[in-house]
Amino acid sequence: MNRIDETFARLKEKGKRALIPFITAGDPDFGTTRELAWEFEERGADILELGVPFSDPLADGKTIQKASQRALERGATLRKILGLVEEIRSSASIPLVLMSYYNPILRYGLKEFSRDASSAGMDGLIVPDLPPEEAEPLLRADEAHGVDTIFLLAPTSPEARISLISKLSQGYIYYVSLRGVTGARAELVPDLASAVARIRPYTEKPIAVGFGISTPEQAREVALYSDGVIVGSAIVNQIERHLGQRDLITLVGDFLASMKRAIEGLPFDN
Amino acid sequence: MPIKAEGATPALPDEMGHFGVYGGKFVPETLMAALEELEREYRKAQADPAFQEELDYYLRDYAGRPTPLYFSARLSEAWGGARVYLKREDLCHTGAPKINNTLGQILLARRMGKRRVIAETGAGQHGVATATVAALFGLECEIYMGTEDMRRQALNVFRMRLLGAKVTPVDAGSRTLKDAINEAMRDWVTNVGNTHYVLGSVLGAHPYPMMVRDFQTIIGREARGQILEKEGRLPDYLIACVGGGSNSIGLFHPFLNDPAVRMVGVEAGGLGIETGRHAARFSSGGLGVLHGTLSYVLQDEDGQIQTTHSVSAGLDYPSVGPEHSYYRDLGRIEYVSITDQEALQAFQLLSRLEGIIPALECAHAVAYAEKLAPTLHKDQLIVINLSGRGDKDVEQVARLLGG
Repeated sequence: MNRIDETFARLKEKGKRALIPFITAGDPDFGTTRELAWEFEERGADILELGVPFSDPLADGKTIQKASQRALERGATLRKILGLVEEIRSSASIPLVLMSYYNPILRYGLKEFSRDASSAGMDGLIVPDLPPEEAEPLLRADEAHGVDTIFLLAPTSPEARISLISKLSQGYIYYVSLRGVTGARAELVPDLASAVARIRPYTEKPIAVGFGISTPEQAREVALYSDGVIVGSAIVNQIERHLGQRDLITLVGDFLASMKRAIEGLPFDN
Repeated sequence: MPIKAEGATPALPDEMGHFGVYGGKFVPETLMAALEELEREYRKAQADPAFQEELDYYLRDYAGRPTPLYFSARLSEAWGGARVYLKREDLCHTGAPKINNTLGQILLARRMGKRRVIAETGAGQHGVATATVAALFGLECEIYMGTEDMRRQALNVFRMRLLGAKVTPVDAGSRTLKDAINEAMRDWVTNVGNTHYVLGSVLGAHPYPMMVRDFQTIIGREARGQILEKEGRLPDYLIACVGGGSNSIGLFHPFLNDPAVRMVGVEAGGLGIETGRHAARFSSGGLGVLHGTLSYVLQDEDGQIQTTHSVSAGLDYPSVGPEHSYYRDLGRIEYVSITDQEALQAFQLLSRLEGIIPALECAHAVAYAEKLAPTLHKDQLIVINLSGRGDKDVEQVARLLGG
């Protein structure tokens, strides 16, 4: 059993949901990402998703576009990010998942990437612009090196695709809560619970919900009917808000901790 | 070599949208169902004579097709080699053949019940063509355009607004076509329920490269009939500029099965390949995925997309239609590049010799023909796709020439 499966199994036993924060690797620099990763584990993150910055992030809203820009300006590359994963792994035990557009991985070389990512201690990979129809070469490479390939489902996915993607996705299924790009939203979409329920008959695999989950209240609600809550832009907004502050790590950690309390059903202080 | 009435079309792409290794569908899951729907509806429309009739009607009575194939006596004489013909796509309504595709796609969008259309634009020609057809059918229309392109194509921005479209500036990345496509795709992901994305070139995820090509092959089908009528034989060379590659594939495609017809695609050499400031994907690009398709892409060693440069906004794009990559590898189509300087000279030459002010995009094709023609015999035939008129570029050229 790999780290992702173990994590969900352990949480399930306790009747708990996974808190999955997302940050862009290298935003604003590698030191901050490393410290945040460790802070997040200490304050209750169950899995960490690290975004690989890309020049043309067409699935991302303004928040993550800007974070990618900050990271690229400081020289972040996929190769250096794998080095960062190795560093983080040296004192982290939570699963580490990389989220990258396809081109940087393709350029790196699929086999070389899976091999290097696995040996750096990475557990899973999400490629938002790679549907299963085009994913066979990457799946083969990932499987050879024990890396989970995590696929996404969307509100627009018809039954046939829910069935296909539920079968193929490893570790968990990433359910995109809304039609649109990443980014904090004031409200959750109204039919989210039934949208998640629509997937259940096809799979026993954990379903984590992401895109637009911005507040502890929203996280609590999503935790009622999913197996994991992915929070990205809301955290990246916190990083941006505290850029240059000495206590950035603690302040962003506080925000994460409020999310954690929310999904555990505890009182939270926003 | 037997001459066929219509150029037979090779059965590409395959079911999954691949041209050899190129093409495909590399998009977020949210768009997959919409692409499947689009392909289904497109195939239905293709098989429906009523759709074809409606499209033919608008192409003829609204867009002004067929466009002439014009024998340029003065270029032929000045270059002292081959006989030079110009396929006058600049005479299409809106001043460029983009309208062949926007009419096709918007008629399709109406069949799908979409009330809103969006598009990206570089030079503004596709934006204008989309805004035009949206006005004709009373659809809501939003055009995404990089701020750098808005600056150099101010006239087209005004035209789109006059036609009732909302023009949304994109101030990210290189502020050109690539960034406009990113933003249009973000809009489509958000509004996919009621919106059709009128992609303007043979780019993007399947079925776009196939569908846009099919709508543009009318250029080559007409040219084929016209040259046979005028010269009694097929041309020796077809020359067209290649940005995304829709005007060129539109001209070339009906001739692909005629091995004696040589085809040259002309990319933007910008300030010169050696400067790194160009948009010549086939001279220094590598295999990559951008905007939903696998093709040649200008990128750095870490897979980040490079900024391109061209005097012509319509050629200023880091990737190229996947079908071009396929025929490039096969050696069926040859690709060359022309610098900003050479294109500017051809822009002036055609204006002076023929009284035709070409778009800067196809001035690249004219510039290459200028090099090629003198090396050919007097009885050889060149067809240049004159894929746009240059009114939109006059102000920019005036600035560049200090006039």
